[in-house]
Amino acid sequence: MKYMLMMVGSKQGWDEMADWSAEDIRAMIRFMHQFNAKLVESGELVDAQGLAGPEQAKIVQAQLDGSPVVTDGPFPETKEFLAGYWIVDVDSEERAIEIAGQASASPGRGGAPAQVPVEVRPIGEAPSVDT
Amino acid sequence: MTGHRVEDLLRELAPQVLGAVARHFGDFDAAEDAVQEAMLAAAEQWRSSGVPESPRGWLIRVASRRLTDYLRSEQARRRREVLAAASVPEYAQLVPAPDEVGLHRDDSLTVLFMSCHPVLTSASAIALTLRAVGGLTTAEIARAFLVPEATMAQRISRAKQRIKASGAQFTMPDETTRADRLASVLHVLYLIFNEGYTASSGDALQRTDLTAEAIRLTRMAHAMLPQEGEVPGLLALMLLTDARRAARTDADGLLVPLTEQRRALWDQTKIAEGIALLTETLGAGPVGPYQIQAAIAAVHDEAPSVDETDWAQILALYETLEQISPGPTVTLNRAVAVAMVHGPRAGLAVLGTLDDDDRMVNSHRLAATRGHLLELAGDNEGARSCYQQAARMTASRPEQHYLSLRAARLS
Repeated sequence: MKYMLMMVGSKQGWDEMADWSAEDIRAMIRFMHQFNAKLVESGELVDAQGLAGPEQAKIVQAQLDGSPVVTDGPFPETKEFLAGYWIVDVDSEERAIEIAGQASASPGRGGAPAQVPVEVRPIGEAPSVDT
Repeated sequence: MTGHRVEDLLRELAPQVLGAVARHFGDFDAAEDAVQEAMLAAAEQWRSSGVPESPRGWLIRVASRRLTDYLRSEQARRRREVLAAASVPEYAQLVPAPDEVGLHRDDSLTVLFMSCHPVLTSASAIALTLRAVGGLTTAEIARAFLVPEATMAQRISRAKQRIKASGAQFTMPDETTRADRLASVLHVLYLIFNEGYTASSGDALQRTDLTAEAIRLTRMAHAMLPQEGEVPGLLALMLLTDARRAARTDADGLLVPLTEQRRALWDQTKIAEGIALLTETLGAGPVGPYQIQAAIAAVHDEAPSVDETDWAQILALYETLEQISPGPTVTLNRAVAVAMVHGPRAGLAVLGTLDDDDRMVNSHRLAATRGHLLELAGDNEGARSCYQQAARMTASRPEQHYLSLRAARLS
């Protein structure tokens, strides 16, 4: 079963990261590196990506006549945004939740868990043939 | 024979076999599919029952048979459709004898020129080159670029249709277009290398397989085109850059900039080969951008320490490069060299000329480089905000981490 684990960043958290110490950042990087390596080793990692910051975002929406309108970010009204994601292929939802819990415990400022929320959603399920 | 050696052999033979079959049948698109199928069949059969006496002849025979079957069924389809069978040639007798093949040495080279045809987008040319010349399977290429296999198959198939639609024949480019066509080939090989070396997105900073594949293909091109100075120039550039790979990330997977790398980790064999290639070719003909970039890499690689780097020479090389092949990235790199020779403020002045350049608007590199030069100038606050800005702009996680760390170090 495949799940998408989405790390939901907040505008506030993103801005605060500018004040982390070098040691805090290094600890976070070390954690992420080892975390991903373990998922590769267990054969569960499908893909993991970080996204460019919300300043780089553009929102595209079609009008009634079908033509698109493009709005450039950042969007001041947006308080939360996707910061990065993992796609894992695991045996159960419990395991996906366990992995998400570890990701959410990645060290933040002062080495305490950053407690960034991670949304877990099943993806890419094949339609059942019998029904 | 082990699976690994069968694979190496197959990949070496791929462009030769495709060249022979495409020349014989005159249909590059269908020949490429047939060779791919023959290679998959070989990978299975040879592993279990051994490599045949003439592996190349085997592959040509099997690919030709598949192609003949395909053309026959196409013929039958067309016959049904247009009822004009008389004008269609009979392919049944056309399977070439294996020994007929070795006569056309340029066939592999023609395959390379076809795969990097200028009508293709870079992404399609890269995919087609890796399959037709590199002998990789669609699945392997898809994995290297993190896209689904069906997407990659479609990209390759469209690339071939596009070449066909352009009216290109399976022949070597003529003298009038040869220089441009060679430039396309080198550009595609360079992009494959870069994709492997910097992995344009994603968590892994380096995808070694693509780097090694780019070097292998460029070696092949060099063996076929020993007289073209830019081919060894590109090969030297790849070797001299790849030589630093082990030092480029630390144990935590974090990027280490050139100035802080442990030079003992640099691969001296690759450096020696790159420098030998350059020495042989520099001055033998007109100098090109790959040769100059390789020369710059060589100056870095030869310096025992950062402080002993001959920046004056690097600056002179960037000035030459900017004259023959100008672009914002060259200017950016020249700015760093100017800073090292004439001081950071002089470098920042050069960077300032890029502020209005539309090509740099979405690049994090301008902000990152400005941060670096401001840091050298002692403006920690300015440097910090540039690093932070650059970190938010890049979609590469290793670069995000690196830039955030640089910013944090200054607070």
